[in-house]
Amino acid sequence: MKVAIIKYNAGNIQSVDYALKRLGVEASVTADHEEIRSADRVIFPGVGEASTTMAYLREHKLDKLITDLKQPVLGICLGLQLMCRHSEEGDVECLGIFDETVKRFVLDHKLLPSMKIPHMGWNTISGLKSNLFDKSIEGEYCYFVHSYYATTGSDTAAICSYPEPFSAALQKNNFFAVQFHPEKSGAVGAKILENFLRLTI
Amino acid sequence: MLSKRIIPCLDIRNGQTVKGINFINIIEVGDPVELGKLYSEQGADELVFLDITATHEGRKTFVELVKRIAANLNIPFTVGGGISEIRDADALLAAGADKISINSSAIKNPKLIDDLALHFGSQFVVVAIDAREENKHWEATMHGGRIPTGKELFSWAKEAENRGAGEILFTSMNHDGTKQGFANEALAHLSGLLTIPLIASGGAGTMEHFADLFKHGKADAGLAASIFHFGEIAIPDLKQYLRGEGICVR
Repeated sequence: MKVAIIKYNAGNIQSVDYALKRLGVEASVTADHEEIRSADRVIFPGVGEASTTMAYLREHKLDKLITDLKQPVLGICLGLQLMCRHSEEGDVECLGIFDETVKRFVLDHKLLPSMKIPHMGWNTISGLKSNLFDKSIEGEYCYFVHSYYATTGSDTAAICSYPEPFSAALQKNNFFAVQFHPEKSGAVGAKILENFLRLTI
Repeated sequence: MLSKRIIPCLDIRNGQTVKGINFINIIEVGDPVELGKLYSEQGADELVFLDITATHEGRKTFVELVKRIAANLNIPFTVGGGISEIRDADALLAAGADKISINSSAIKNPKLIDDLALHFGSQFVVVAIDAREENKHWEATMHGGRIPTGKELFSWAKEAENRGAGEILFTSMNHDGTKQGFANEALAHLSGLLTIPLIASGGAGTMEHFADLFKHGKADAGLAASIFHFGEIAIPDLKQYLRGEGICVR
């Protein structure tokens, strides 16, 4: 199986590569359009700022490339946010694969006295609705680090709450995305990555 | 619900855990990767690897070690020790570190926090503060508490947050090594001032100390070294105990 990890101006790509290696998969970390288009699976990872990253994607014509992909695509963290319609981070139009918008967490000490930003650490995911997950994952903890979140809607495939519900995962056709870091979420995360490699659409 | 994190801290010298670590009283582990994996399997939520090597050679060994940790560990980890410029952080990010922690270098050059946050994002930057209380005044110190800095703990932590730190790791030098519990009063005050997560360190001796830390110290995470390394507290037992105390843990 050919797996391409999209290389762009974002951090944390190394960890995803390592996680796939632990599953016995040698991925290529690449920005080459043909290599990405011909891969069986494409992973769109990332940690970074939304508007500068979108500008980079447009400049390198990766925006159109990603939205036209037909094979299973998995966005991670910033990847998920950029696959939405719009992000408040730098007030930027994103790829629009999912109809959700990305907003910044607002401190709400009435609802959650201990609330901090970023939402950092292990939180539970529930309401799972995608073949990215199996029943054993319902209510399990995954590792999150983010200050912006995607709203919930018809494409929401998993919910997390901080304290209000947001999209921990989204899916539409061949496009999958998770806000948490499966590559850092222990055995649960490894299972989700494995499911992504195995699933059929 | 977001869980409270339990973080074992490992001291590394020349690529090996500092000797004397006797994991769960059974296995002696020198390789930080093996020890890290054991902790991860036991339910540690994150790990901190602190390089206490002072030499240039040792530093290169550490970067190689970070690559092996990143390749083998499937939970987040922070690395610290000797990071004083962007170049150091860049090498550690490229090796696969999730976060870096800076301490003395931030005190000497606070702008380093701004620069690191700008280059790598706040989520990558942990500012560690070792502080000592004297006559109700908390002062940040350097070099293991030996050198006072003139910076007051609370204002320095808030400044670090404003400059772009993603987390604060506060060690009370009054409590460190005493096993008498965490500095809960100072921690609760600090947690209330900050909008970013707070990791508490110094004073863990019993499981009750962690319950007190989360109930009264209001910290988001608890860090400890010897009680885990010497098998005095096993992480699964600690988590079970905390759950029984109504504290959300993974």
